[in-house]
Amino acid sequence: MKFSDRLEKRFTEMSTHYPTKRSVLVPMLLYIQDEVGAVTDEVIAEMARRVDLTELEVRNVVSYYSMMRTRPIGKYNFQVCTNVSCLLRGGEEILQHTQKKLGVKNKQSTPDGLFHVEEVECIGACSWAPAMMLNYEYHENLTAEKIDELIAGLKKKEEQ
Amino acid sequence: MAYLVSHPDEVKVVSKRFGRGAANLDRYLELDGYKAVQKALGMEADAIINEIKTSNLRGRGGAGFPTGLKWSFVPKQSAKPKYVLCNGDESEPGTCKDRLIFEHDPHSVIEGVMIAAMAVGSKTGFIYLRGEYRYLVEIMEKAVADAYARGFIGKNIFGSGKDLEVYVHSGAGAYEVGEESALMESLEGKRGIPRIRPPFPAVVGLWGGPTVINNAETLASVPHIMLGGGQWFADIGTPKNGGTHLVSISGNVERPGVYELPLGYNLKKMIYEVAGGIQGGRKLKGVVPGGSSVPILLPEEIDIPADYDGLAKAGSMLGSGAVIVLDETMCIVRFAKRVIEFYQHESCGWCIPCREGTDWLRKTLTRFHAGHGVMKDIDNLKYLADNMLGRTFCPLGDAAAMPIISYVQKYRPEFEAHLDGKPCPLEKVHESVLV
Repeated sequence: MKFSDRLEKRFTEMSTHYPTKRSVLVPMLLYIQDEVGAVTDEVIAEMARRVDLTELEVRNVVSYYSMMRTRPIGKYNFQVCTNVSCLLRGGEEILQHTQKKLGVKNKQSTPDGLFHVEEVECIGACSWAPAMMLNYEYHENLTAEKIDELIAGLKKKEEQ
Repeated sequence: MAYLVSHPDEVKVVSKRFGRGAANLDRYLELDGYKAVQKALGMEADAIINEIKTSNLRGRGGAGFPTGLKWSFVPKQSAKPKYVLCNGDESEPGTCKDRLIFEHDPHSVIEGVMIAAMAVGSKTGFIYLRGEYRYLVEIMEKAVADAYARGFIGKNIFGSGKDLEVYVHSGAGAYEVGEESALMESLEGKRGIPRIRPPFPAVVGLWGGPTVINNAETLASVPHIMLGGGQWFADIGTPKNGGTHLVSISGNVERPGVYELPLGYNLKKMIYEVAGGIQGGRKLKGVVPGGSSVPILLPEEIDIPADYDGLAKAGSMLGSGAVIVLDETMCIVRFAKRVIEFYQHESCGWCIPCREGTDWLRKTLTRFHAGHGVMKDIDNLKYLADNMLGRTFCPLGDAAAMPIISYVQKYRPEFEAHLDGKPCPLEKVHESVLV
């Protein structure tokens, strides 16, 4: 596969930071995923070639990190935290509400490919619980109404 | 963006630039930025370490190890390059403080890395942030680029003849990587599986070179110590517990938030005065004083100083300074189940007591909470957890076992109330108070 100019630039720059080639692997795979949508077989083959590892060795790294995925998901990823601080402020109820509203179960995407819902572990928003991430963006002090507004806003944005 | 709170009892040291635009380099310079590192450049390495030792600064990531002592373990001469590694993989449930440092005062972290590098004779520093903190990676990358542009880092810093490269590195979602040896594995592009110690990172760390690993808050405290003096910092806290720390208060309190308080500040006062008391005027059930991995304290156990030694004396830990408050409507079995689900998910599977222990605890607690528990399960939970303690490569096994043991010991009647097919007595109560 061919990297975009941005990825190519990042790869070249990052490779100068470390004494070993494979050290770029974790952040680089995530940056690629952000562009491509998933750490696909092609991505794994390309990175293995670039850092002199076998595909299996790269796969081994991919499977360890919870943010990496090998298949693409819905465009807007609702990652709702239900860990203890969120649990105490209604995080589980927020998760259930989001799933019901979008008609999907945990780690499922809507058929139109727009939304994905995922229960996640602590995201570091404990003092502003309940909280979630929407494609790297924090949403905090959540209520069911805020979830509804978010979904409605995104749907509207997509229709335009 | 995280919201800032304030309370008159706060002593703002690490947080003194929060909300003042210090992510901008010029603004940071106006607020005494990069003065500490220039002072350090004029000092002998041993003098820097002694200043940190005098300050009684201890690791803010959770273990509370004396920072100056840690730095002194790095050998003076080394055939391999030495490294400084800032641990910004903040993942302990309840903890959201390093996030504020990276967001509001990114240059203080760089300055802390620089001073640590001066103290141990390193030419390379890494700042590792958890993958979820992407917006902070961007803030940190900009801060590092700005510092390079002014010649604060790179070659011949501040005309001292010394070189120092600083790089920002992103993780990709793993609690375990917050453990120092797993952190190094991850930075080296591998699965975050802990290394056996000894040798400790100070001797054999990143790529085999001596490595100092400090939490972001620890490093952000360093420039203030260099400017104010070790004794000044030590005097803010209690004996052997120097300075202030950022407390992330969460759960059922009226005013959750991140507050900076002197070490040794009374835990009860922290909850009832600083955080405004229990949400909705309800009754306190328990306090987890240092992140989800530490033993819980009962309401009658919290009238104590919140510092490393005070909490150890009370049978718990200061940990990462994350105070999680439970009110009377939270079922302890449900809470325990959620805690163990987390540790089971995050266990890397490398050692058996942790991999199997967390899984059996999760299975037992899940069945138990659903009303299918039997009396024997209660003792079994403690038996399983007891057998994990001290038997794993890294502290994750202990982190999973310690809280479970404390829940069973301190709330046994509530566990017993779930037996024989009885539904959770608090499920509906909890739902009714959620707003």
